[in-house]
Amino acid sequence: MKWRYLKQQLFFLTVRLSALVIAVAIGGFLVYIFVNGIGAINWEFLTQPPRDSMTKGGIMPAILGTFYLTAGAIIIALPLGVASAIYLSEYAKGGTVIRIIRVGVNCLAGVPSIVFGLFGLGLFVVFLKFGSSILSGALTLAFLILPTIIGAAEEALKAVPQTFREASLGLGVSKWQTILRIVLPSALPGILTGSILGIGRAAGETAPIMFTAAAFFTAKLPQSIFDEVMALPYHVYVLATAGTHIEETRPLQYGTVLVLVALVLGIDLIAIVIRSYMRKNKGW
Amino acid sequence: MKSDNVIETKNVNFYYGDFKALTDVTMDFERNRVTALIGPSGCGKSTLLRLLNRMNDLIAGTRVEGKIVFEGINIYDPEIDPVDIRRKIGMVFQKPNPFPKSIFNNIIYGPRLSGIRGKAEMETLVEQSLRQASLWDEVKDILGQSAMMLSGGQQQRLCIARALAMKPEILLMDEPTSALDPISTAKIEELIEELKKEYTIIIVTHNMQQAARISDYTGFFYLGKLIEYSPTEKLFTTPAVKQTEDYITGRFG
Amino acid sequence: MSRKVKEIIIKNVFLLFALVSVVILALIIIFLFVEGVPIFGVVSVTDFLFGMEWYPTYDPPEFGIWPLIVGSFVVTLFASLLAVPLGVLSAIYIAEIAPPLIKEIFKPVVELLAGLPSVVLGFFGMAVLAPWMQETFDLPTGLNIVNASLVLALMAVPTISSISEDALYSVPQEFKEASYALGATRFETIARVIVPAALSGISTAVILGMARAIGETMVVLMVAGGAAAIPESIFDSVRPMPASIAAEMGEAPFRSDHYHALFATGVVLFFLTLGFNLIADYVSHRFKEVGSATL
Repeated sequence: MKWRYLKQQLFFLTVRLSALVIAVAIGGFLVYIFVNGIGAINWEFLTQPPRDSMTKGGIMPAILGTFYLTAGAIIIALPLGVASAIYLSEYAKGGTVIRIIRVGVNCLAGVPSIVFGLFGLGLFVVFLKFGSSILSGALTLAFLILPTIIGAAEEALKAVPQTFREASLGLGVSKWQTILRIVLPSALPGILTGSILGIGRAAGETAPIMFTAAAFFTAKLPQSIFDEVMALPYHVYVLATAGTHIEETRPLQYGTVLVLVALVLGIDLIAIVIRSYMRKNKGW
Repeated sequence: MKSDNVIETKNVNFYYGDFKALTDVTMDFERNRVTALIGPSGCGKSTLLRLLNRMNDLIAGTRVEGKIVFEGINIYDPEIDPVDIRRKIGMVFQKPNPFPKSIFNNIIYGPRLSGIRGKAEMETLVEQSLRQASLWDEVKDILGQSAMMLSGGQQQRLCIARALAMKPEILLMDEPTSALDPISTAKIEELIEELKKEYTIIIVTHNMQQAARISDYTGFFYLGKLIEYSPTEKLFTTPAVKQTEDYITGRFG
Repeated sequence: MSRKVKEIIIKNVFLLFALVSVVILALIIIFLFVEGVPIFGVVSVTDFLFGMEWYPTYDPPEFGIWPLIVGSFVVTLFASLLAVPLGVLSAIYIAEIAPPLIKEIFKPVVELLAGLPSVVLGFFGMAVLAPWMQETFDLPTGLNIVNASLVLALMAVPTISSISEDALYSVPQEFKEASYALGATRFETIARVIVPAALSGISTAVILGMARAIGETMVVLMVAGGAAAIPESIFDSVRPMPASIAAEMGEAPFRSDHYHALFATGVVLFFLTLGFNLIADYVSHRFKEVGSATL
């Protein structure tokens, strides 16, 4: 009998250790980034463009660029994703069409980000002649996060109780009105959470924008959607690998990393908070 | 035959895929009366009720044969839009299902989409509907509160008020009190007595005593067939068919 | 316009939107092929896939991606060796062992890890792990398989953990009760009843975690070292496929052979990850049908 409990203690120890390792890894990582990066953060860093081959100045154009790209991505992906989810959840009745769509969405979810980069290059930059631009980058990112949005939206729509739909239809309200006035409003918090997570993802991706939108240095801020932009993730990458003054720009690299991490984690935290708030206040 | 029929079914067969759920059902429902549909589980009474407002359209793989005539036309005619039917034939469901909205907005939801405008008009309609459902006094000061805060019995009366706000000709009720406590049940049964002055009520119930208490006519269903259909008093005291007698006396079901 | 017609139009508009995903997927495949296939006019498919020399910028250039494929597999393998136990065990921790308070904190922490941009983790591997490794183990460079595997593992753990966790949660309560009622300890119940019941979900999690590792670009780009050669020790540097594409695309002249070769590499990578995802899908469905009777 004692042996059984010894085995159990050993197992629990291993399990707790694994959790600890992960927690320490994440925690250590975040602390390290914070400690090394906080020194570079000041008002100038956040609001000024870089100077002196990036060894001085700030990363404002990259922050702005990331904002434009992410905003563009969600503007495209959100309506598209929600509309797709509405079809899958409210209209589709089984059969080959819906199976094809589901397979398509699932496969799209598994496509590596670099392949999206190649796709964006081939279709938007070259074929459609948008060139390396905010437009190309935003489109590429939009399709990258589309499966995420569709998944979250569909889950939110499916969670709306069927009895609401029945009540509305029973009152002689059309199907479309039922979706618009009853189903969608009830599903909105879940859709919101999914979108925010999508935004977080789009903000942090590098590979899809490497050949479609990002430039190491733009002399001016972007004037139109056909301009190239700087972007936070790309900035980190280039500063750390190919910049001309890698060692000297190290502090700014950490600073940029810290800004990016803070941005993405902040966005994700908002989503998590909204989600747990909703779970407690559902009412149904 | 009845004096004034508001809706009639003629030789209706109904299939879920290959399964024949209703066989050759012919019945008429008299205006301003309460007609109860009774029978053991799975006998088809709810199925028939849901045919009357085309709610079974929502289920895939179903098929209707025969006619259901309302206001002179067959409601299953391909030209007919079920949405129109459901505005004139309302439904209250077994489990109360208010929307996650305020009490006021629950009631005004259907009428608003039918074109009601104007604050005064809406407020009048809401008060009227809630009075008809015997709920006005209890909620008149909290119309802005979420409907989900109400008790089960109150929620069901709210659903009745919501259906009445559409001013239907017929009110279909699918076991409306089976999920409620006895006091709420009694309140709603009282309500039905009042409502029949203005509306025609068709109610499905598995509770025979309820049917005996509140209905004018009763139809007994078994295995998808209408076994007997007569004035309630006659069906419960001197049933014509042995099967009916067996059910009423509790020998099965 | 009659309501019926309006409803039909609305339904079909939504259908069109839903088809966009399928269209995009098809377009991805098309563009990869269109820009990638021309390389097979220069080198045969077998030479491309199995050729041992990747020197696209030499004169004459060599286009064998076998070292790149091996690089991908090696880092994925080692990353999985680390990530699978960590991921599954942490899932067990969250689902079965953690006290509620710790669970409330640990779960979001793991989710947060999932949200960390890959470039940030790659930076960490490059700026922190590499110099440390170089010093501690007296290596020529800290950018190698070990480093890449460590960081990739960190990326794969949240995927494996959260999907495994879902699988563990969906094991019916009755199984646990039956096990305890027979006098089993908590460990025995977890090891002999719960985990086997959740096995299909856990397998799915593992496969998807591996798919994530294979497709990951920035980490391997910054940390794996970049040598397009078959490694001989775990401290050698490698160049997995995504790294190659990302590193070289900037320099490959437009529509040159090199350009086509990179797109062709993208095709290989695409189908590789697709394969993983389809297997994961198959596994999760196949065992779902079989259900509890197989325990």
